[in-house]
Amino acid sequence: MNALNKVIIFGANSAIATEVARQLAARGSQLFCVARGGPKLDDLLADLRVRAGDDALVHGASADLADLQSHEAVWADAQATMGGVDAVLLAYGNLPDQQRCENDVAAMCDAIHLNAVSAVALLTIIARDMEEQGSGVIAAISSVAGDRGRQSNYIYGAAKGMLTLFMQGLRNRLAKKGIDVVTIKPGFVDTPMTAAFDKKGPLWASAEVVARGIVQAMEKGKGEIYLPWFWRYIMLIIRHIPEFIFKRMSL
Amino acid sequence: MKTQSWNRLPFSSHLEQFPIADRHAPLPTPSEPMLVYGNGRSYGDVCLNDGGALLRSRGLDRFIAFDPVSGRLQCEAGVLLGEILHVLVPRGWFLPVTPGTRFVTVGGAIANDVHGKNHHDAGSFGDHVLAFELLRSDGSRMRVSREGNAPWFAATVGGLGLTGLITQVELQMQAVANPYMETRSQRFSNLDEFWSLDDQLRGQWPYTVAWVDCLGRQRGRGIYSMGRHAPDGDLEQQPRWREKTRNIPVDPPISLVNGLSLRLFNALYYRQPIAAESRLVHYQPWLYPLDAIQNWNRIYGRKGFYQYQCVLPFAHGRTALSELLDSIAASGQGSFLAVLKTFGEREAPGLLSFVRPGVTLALDFPNQGRQSLKLFERLDAIVSEAGGALYPAKDARMPSAMFRSGFPQWERFSQFVDPAFSSGFWRRVNR
Repeated sequence: MNALNKVIIFGANSAIATEVARQLAARGSQLFCVARGGPKLDDLLADLRVRAGDDALVHGASADLADLQSHEAVWADAQATMGGVDAVLLAYGNLPDQQRCENDVAAMCDAIHLNAVSAVALLTIIARDMEEQGSGVIAAISSVAGDRGRQSNYIYGAAKGMLTLFMQGLRNRLAKKGIDVVTIKPGFVDTPMTAAFDKKGPLWASAEVVARGIVQAMEKGKGEIYLPWFWRYIMLIIRHIPEFIFKRMSL
Repeated sequence: MKTQSWNRLPFSSHLEQFPIADRHAPLPTPSEPMLVYGNGRSYGDVCLNDGGALLRSRGLDRFIAFDPVSGRLQCEAGVLLGEILHVLVPRGWFLPVTPGTRFVTVGGAIANDVHGKNHHDAGSFGDHVLAFELLRSDGSRMRVSREGNAPWFAATVGGLGLTGLITQVELQMQAVANPYMETRSQRFSNLDEFWSLDDQLRGQWPYTVAWVDCLGRQRGRGIYSMGRHAPDGDLEQQPRWREKTRNIPVDPPISLVNGLSLRLFNALYYRQPIAAESRLVHYQPWLYPLDAIQNWNRIYGRKGFYQYQCVLPFAHGRTALSELLDSIAASGQGSFLAVLKTFGEREAPGLLSFVRPGVTLALDFPNQGRQSLKLFERLDAIVSEAGGALYPAKDARMPSAMFRSGFPQWERFSQFVDPAFSSGFWRRVNR
C-alpha cells in the first residue's frame, strides 16, 4: 500500500478532485491544493480545513497551469511547504466546445495545450523529482474519451489520448524505480454543474464514488483504471468496432 | 424535466433548473418564478414549482468554519445533515435537533423549521440557527439573525424557501461524549397508557417518540421509545457498529403497503422483544432507521403516497387523537409507521413554524386517489375542530382554509415572500 500522507492535487477545484481532497482530509492526509485563484480556492481550503479538523494539514496555492512557466515554482512551493510529497494527482482540464474547435484553430490549440501539453510538461517535472526520490505515486485523470476518436468530442479525446499514452510510457520508465504511475479514466460523473440533467441512468456515477476509486487506485498503485469498473468493458467494445463500421456511427 | 418530492406526488414540470454551486454568485434571473430545491426529502409540492424554475442548491456543499471550543459551525446551505454528523461526531459534536432522516440539507431544515424526537427538550431546528445569509432576487445579501434583521429571521425560519436563497448558515452544535444513544422502550396497550407514559417520561428523557397502531380494534396500542446521548464511560462491550444499507432497486407495479401487509407488520412490530433495561445503540439506527433503506419511498409503487402529519393542541389533543385513530380504522386505510410525539411548550422561532405545544401524529398512506382524499377531509375536520394544523413540509393537498387557520400569521409572512419566488404549495394554499 502506498502512503498518501502528503498529497499534491493540481486542479483541486474540479468536482472529482474536490471529493478526493475531502476523503484524504478526513483521514488525516496533508494536502497541497493547486487551482486557479479566487474565492473558489479559498472556499475549498476552508472546507477541507473543517473536514481535516486541523488547519495545519491543508495548504494551497493559485496557479494558471496553462502557463508552463508557472510549473517549477508551484511544484517547489508545494514540496517545501509539506516537507516532501508521497503522491500527486493531476485533475485539471476543461471540456472544450467541439463545434467551436472545428472552426477555430486558436480555440482548438488552447484545448490541446491545456489538456495535453501543459499536463505532460508538468508530469515531466514531477517525474524528474520523484525518480530522484525513489518512491511515490503519480496519478492523472484522463478520460474514456481518449480511448477512441469520436466525432462528438475528438479534440478533447485527442488531448486525453496523448495524456494516456504519455502516462503509459512514464509507467514503463518508472516501474523499476518504485514509483506507481496511475491513469484514471472516469465515465459519466454526476457533478453539481450537471445537476439539471437527468442522471438516473446506470451509467452515471457520483463524484464521491469515483473519488473513492481514485484514492484506492493510488494506494494500491494500479496502472490504468476505469471508474466505475464497467467502463473498461464498454470501452473494450468501442475500441474493437472495426473502423469501416465505426466511421459511419454517430457516437 | 419532471421532478418529484419524496412521496412521489405530484409530478411537476419545471421550465428551467439551475445548479447553484457558488454562494458568491448572483441569483439566476429566469422569467418564471423560482424556488430552491435541496435534496428533495420534503413531501408534496412544498419543494416543487410546477411551470417555474428550480434552483438546485446541493452544490452549496462546503463547510466554512468550525470552532471546536464553542461548537459553532458555519457551512453552506446545501450541506446535508448527515455530512455534518460524519465530520463532527468523531470530534464530540452532534446536531442539536435532527429530523428522522439525515439526508436533508441545512437550508431545507431551516426552510421547514424541522423538529426531532427531542422537541420537548431542545425546540426546533431554527432554535439553534445563530445566523444565515439570505440572497434576494433584488441582488441584496442580508446577514440574518435574531439580533440583526430579526423579522427576516422569523419569516425565513419555516418560510418554505419563499423568502429567498439561504446561501450559508451558522449553527450551534451540542456536545456529546460518543456516537451512542442510551435507549429504552416500553409497550402501551391504549392511548390512555400512552398519555400517562408520556407525562411520566418526557421530563426524564430528551428524546421520546411513540409508534402507534392505527388498524382495527388494536388501534391505540404501541411502543414508547426514549433516548439520550450516552455519557462518557465504558463503551468497551459495545460492538463496533457498521452501517448496512439496503436498497429498493425498482418500482413495484402496485403498492406493497396494503391491508394485509400492514396488519402483519403491525402485529410483528408490536411484539418485538423489548429489553427491560436501557441499552446502548449507535445514533444512526436509532435516529434514522429508514435511512438504512435507500429509496424506501418506492415500496408504495409508482402512484406514490401521502403523508398526513398534524399537530393538536393539548387542550383538545386527547379526544381529537382518539377520533383520528377511529376515523382511520373505520376507513380501512392504514399507515405503516404511525408516529406520535408530544411537543414542548417552547414558542416556535418562525412565523410559519409547524411546531407548537401539543401532540403530533404522522401517518403514511398509499395513494388510493379519491378514497385517500376523502379520508383526509374527514381527518381535516377533526384537526380543525381541535384547533390544530397540518405540516406544510409533508403536505400535498391541504385546502387553503386549513392552511390559514393552522398558520394565522400567514398574511404577515406573505409580505416577506420574494417577488420572484413561488412554489406549488404556496400557489395552492393561496388559491
